[in-house]
Amino acid sequence: MSGMYEGAIQDLIDALGRLPGIGPKSAQRIAFHILQSDAEIAGALVDAIRTVKERVKFCTECGNVSEEMQCRICRDPRRENTSICVVEESKDVIAIERTREFRGKYHVLGGAISPIDGIGPEQLRIRELMTRLADSSVTEIILATDPNLEGEATATYLARLIKPLGLKVSRLASGLPVGGDLEYADEVTLGRAFEGRRTVNE
Amino acid sequence: MSLYRDEAIVLRTQKLGEADRIVTMLTRDHGRIRGVAKGVRRTKSKFGARLEPGSHVDIQLYVGKTFDTVTQVEAIMNYGENISHDYQRWTIASAILETAERFTSQEHEPALQEFLLVVGGLKALAENRYDSSLILDAFLLRSLAIGGYEPSMTTCSRCEKPGPHRYFSLVGGGSVCIDCRPSASATPAPETLNLMSALLKMDWEVANSSEGKHQREASGLIAAYLQWHLERGLRSLPLVERR
Repeated sequence: MSGMYEGAIQDLIDALGRLPGIGPKSAQRIAFHILQSDAEIAGALVDAIRTVKERVKFCTECGNVSEEMQCRICRDPRRENTSICVVEESKDVIAIERTREFRGKYHVLGGAISPIDGIGPEQLRIRELMTRLADSSVTEIILATDPNLEGEATATYLARLIKPLGLKVSRLASGLPVGGDLEYADEVTLGRAFEGRRTVNE
Repeated sequence: MSLYRDEAIVLRTQKLGEADRIVTMLTRDHGRIRGVAKGVRRTKSKFGARLEPGSHVDIQLYVGKTFDTVTQVEAIMNYGENISHDYQRWTIASAILETAERFTSQEHEPALQEFLLVVGGLKALAENRYDSSLILDAFLLRSLAIGGYEPSMTTCSRCEKPGPHRYFSLVGGGSVCIDCRPSASATPAPETLNLMSALLKMDWEVANSSEGKHQREASGLIAAYLQWHLERGLRSLPLVERR
């Protein structure tokens, strides 16, 4: 749809409309909201967008988003160097951090292997991961890619690649969500839960 | 309410919005369709696990304007789950699914033969019945045949002179005799052409007894022939791990 409004306001609507999940109507609503709000609020938004583009870089070691050469997790001396958790995206790092279960470091791949979209191992940060494994004190690799087909296949590929290095390679368990009902679980998930069941009387 | 039910193979999935997915699938009666599966990326989704690429499902959809909405899914066979534990076979399954999508360019146009071919290909791959690279080559050749691009294997494709002939031409549509051959014709080994014709006829006895070098030559010819007829190459084919 071509512009209905003149100049600046239409430019703003068009720019907003390119954001994910925002259609032409939402873009128009947000544009008029910005137009009517205080100059301060609009200024803060402009500054926030500008600084995020200027300051945020990717960690040279793990590939996570960071404001410096290395991200906060890689810089932290209290974190163990012995285990690396491999995830697809930076968002996954935050999700795992929330569990407070993991004290090691991360490696962000930047996606999953997906031949149908033309994404092979070369397009991901797999070479960087292998370099990290070659010269450090790492003993365990945790594969925390998404539990969907692409994530599973990426984990299979990585496991095969890392195997000759003699490191311990583990994969996150799949199973029943906490707070759910067993009868509503689908057969794939329930099957995985059975496969990965553990002994409790030891 | 306009609902319909069909049997489908999931070809690919794309993320949509916060937790939804657009699922491209090949159905038995409705051809290739695209449906929206709502909330499937949430961990508590009831049918997210069944709508992965390579799943054979019994599905119910609600007719929408651009996309139909997935309302119910039951798994018939989960080929993808089994295949994804072997990287090589997974790259081959990806190529099969992409080919099926490319050969059904028109949505909602029934493509029963292609559907059955995909089911057969995934089944053979999941059961590890034959060499997986041969499965892919057989699938590609059969798909070409269903799409109307069947290469001629023995008789000359131009003058119909009975063969076998030594020359194989991508442009000429397969086997060509010495008089008809276009300038850029390949001269594959006779065993290679024999293997390709066996794959086209699904003659696994002959195909299994073929030698590695002829299998590789056949793979190359089939890939080139496919690229020529599809105009735009398959994205997953270069990522396939061959033997």
